[in-house]
Amino acid sequence: MPKINSPAELEKLRKSILSKRDPNKPCIAICTGTGCLALGAEKVVTALKEEIKKHGLEHKVDIKETGCPGFCERGTVVVIYPEEICYLQVQPEDAGEIVSQTILARKVIDRLLYVDPATGEKAVHESEIPFYKNQMRLLIGNNIKLDPKSIEDYLALGGYSALAKVLSQMTPEQVLEEVKKSNLRGRGGGGFPAGRKWEECRNAPGEVRYVIVNADEGDPGAFMDRALLEGNPHSVLEGLIIGAYAIGSHEGYIYVRQEYPLAVENVTIAIKQAEEYGFLGQNILGSDFDFKVKVHRGAGAFVSGESSALMTAIEGRVGEPRPKYIHTAVKGIWDKPSNLNNVETWANVPLIINKGADWFTRIGTAGSKGTKIFSLVGKVNNTGLVEVPMGITLRDVIYKVGGGIPRGKKFKAVQTGGPSGGCIPEEQLDMPVDFDELTKAGSMMGSGGMIVMDEDTCMVDVARYFLNFLTDESCGKCVPCREGIRQMLKILTNITEGKGKEGDIELLEELAEVTKDASLCALGRTAANPVLSTIHYFRDEYEAHIKQKRCPAYSCKQLISYYIDPNKCQACMICLKQCPVGAIAGGKNQIHVIDQEKCTKCGTCFEVCPARFGAVKRLSGEPVPPPISEEARIIVRGSKER
Amino acid sequence: MKKQVKAGAMDGDRIDKIIDEYQGDASLLIQVLLEIQRENHWLSKEALEKVSEKLGVPLSRIQHVATFYKAFSLIPKGRHEVQICLGTACHVRGGPRILDRVEDVLGIRAGETTTDMKFTLETVNCLGCCALGPVMVVDGKYHGKIAPTKAEEVLKSCD
Repeated sequence: MPKINSPAELEKLRKSILSKRDPNKPCIAICTGTGCLALGAEKVVTALKEEIKKHGLEHKVDIKETGCPGFCERGTVVVIYPEEICYLQVQPEDAGEIVSQTILARKVIDRLLYVDPATGEKAVHESEIPFYKNQMRLLIGNNIKLDPKSIEDYLALGGYSALAKVLSQMTPEQVLEEVKKSNLRGRGGGGFPAGRKWEECRNAPGEVRYVIVNADEGDPGAFMDRALLEGNPHSVLEGLIIGAYAIGSHEGYIYVRQEYPLAVENVTIAIKQAEEYGFLGQNILGSDFDFKVKVHRGAGAFVSGESSALMTAIEGRVGEPRPKYIHTAVKGIWDKPSNLNNVETWANVPLIINKGADWFTRIGTAGSKGTKIFSLVGKVNNTGLVEVPMGITLRDVIYKVGGGIPRGKKFKAVQTGGPSGGCIPEEQLDMPVDFDELTKAGSMMGSGGMIVMDEDTCMVDVARYFLNFLTDESCGKCVPCREGIRQMLKILTNITEGKGKEGDIELLEELAEVTKDASLCALGRTAANPVLSTIHYFRDEYEAHIKQKRCPAYSCKQLISYYIDPNKCQACMICLKQCPVGAIAGGKNQIHVIDQEKCTKCGTCFEVCPARFGAVKRLSGEPVPPPISEEARIIVRGSKER
Repeated sequence: MKKQVKAGAMDGDRIDKIIDEYQGDASLLIQVLLEIQRENHWLSKEALEKVSEKLGVPLSRIQHVATFYKAFSLIPKGRHEVQICLGTACHVRGGPRILDRVEDVLGIRAGETTTDMKFTLETVNCLGCCALGPVMVVDGKYHGKIAPTKAEEVLKSCD
């Protein structure tokens, strides 16, 4: 591929790519993002390729392996163009029918369509499925349309036109102004205005400047950055190059966790292609702007996602944060001015340049503009990635997009912001999703994890879970974080084990305050959020654990017992056989009894007991009734039952 | 099935080659260690000494890096690598129960390897396939929406 030397040449190339593409040629797009791969997408691809070959259609039908469109719950996702028919939960066995029916006979296969659980109606196209219908997919919408390993696919969708516009029509100052005007705020958690950060870095003294993509997405339950980098790496790269131009940087880094091998692979390929086409390197698109990018793999440390820590990691050292009296925008990598933004922030940049800051500011709320991608997970029907305009209510995200809570359970809380965030209860569900509103509610936007919890989730245990995670991940450099988290965890563990005592809640609040005020970096400063927000909204659960030794969610093992109701047990032997520790005594006609000493409280009996009997009960905060007499345990069955 | 990993099987030449691929750049220490970890599944003392010598980085700093990041292991791993996801979504969907059962079945705790070098058990904080939670991964194969009994079956089917 000869290098592209001007915006005009780029447009010429785009035209020639488009002219070779027949918009009516059938194309089968299969999601091969990590979620669908885990569900066996690779086998679906192989099966489809075989079928195409069997029918001799290799030149008549395209097969595209794409990034994640977000609907992980119903993977493997397959979309067939040009009709845009959307098939869900596709198995390798369906390949034959897809080719013979949909491709050849142009018929829709009903059983692979989305069925609305409420109305029973079927949806043929993506746009008709409630999960997608209620989103605004500016960033991830293209994922299912392009092969992330093909730069031509990105160019066909208008890729790198924003870069061409910037280099040929705008000065770096104008780019900066446009981004500032858009009020784009950092998507990585803090929500700091990107334009102001860029400006500070641009104005910092020195010749060498660095720009960095932070793809060290360590929040458990968040995977939108991975989906962007895996599914549309060029969009992130284009944003980065534009940012580098505005800031006056000639060298950039993409810091990706090594746990995301596919993202590393796709972004490395993207960089190589961009170099070949002349979007990276010397005199980009014939301008006098030079820029190169390197990929740096993170070796697994949550704290290294903090900006100063990440920069130290890039230098090849242990990624620990440092005090930021001097911003990293002034002294970052090797003490040079460095600008770091999250993957999703960078991906917004080409959109802002192409469509303008005015368009961008029309989406969202007064203080938070644009869209935000959330990973909607936990106890929700439609697990997956959702992109919604800022300002949408939490209720709409969970119920309209997410389809509500499975198995008719009751919603309890939604956790946002990862380990630094907090839990938001039912009463606050009508709150608009926005950086400032979430912070006001004691949580935060974070990178966009949204974990839905139902009545079976214990809120004390959730707080304990996050602190347990943070104790592991705290680098230990500063005392308030290292010791504060550890002591809070100790108290929370005691409470969940039934060893809580009066005054624990107050002590937690006190520790939380010090950890918050005195820690070095954001990890420590926000570590108390899960504790404070659960105490604030669910104090009664804490009190039940401490005063009555009762876990209202029947989740804390040390506070619950399993018990078989002798009036309901039909001596069916199911639980007895499944108990992994042999703690259930009984026989064919003998009512079963759990040996409380042996029981490990794994809950298997509770799950396997047939719903029509419902004999296994969970008890908490009350004693287990004594076993009934041996004689009373004998069941005499009537003849009709035989 | 993965081939059996012999402790310390990586020879010095291969390490030389990896370092050369990174042009002996000391700032790429983490990348070099990641490569060795990927190929050998652990970092032996000999390997670290070799890296120290070639890159001119003090062994103490290499130890600091190798013990700080989760990706590195300073002890050999078992033939089968078992990972239980304890990310938030898996946690609320019963991940800890899977871990309890697997620890019972294997007789080891998370982070340990069985004495016969058959299994290494690890926990991870989110694999990003939350729709499948709770998730157990055995030798790279994902087992989603897994129940404790099913987890036990999967492990028993490993040879």
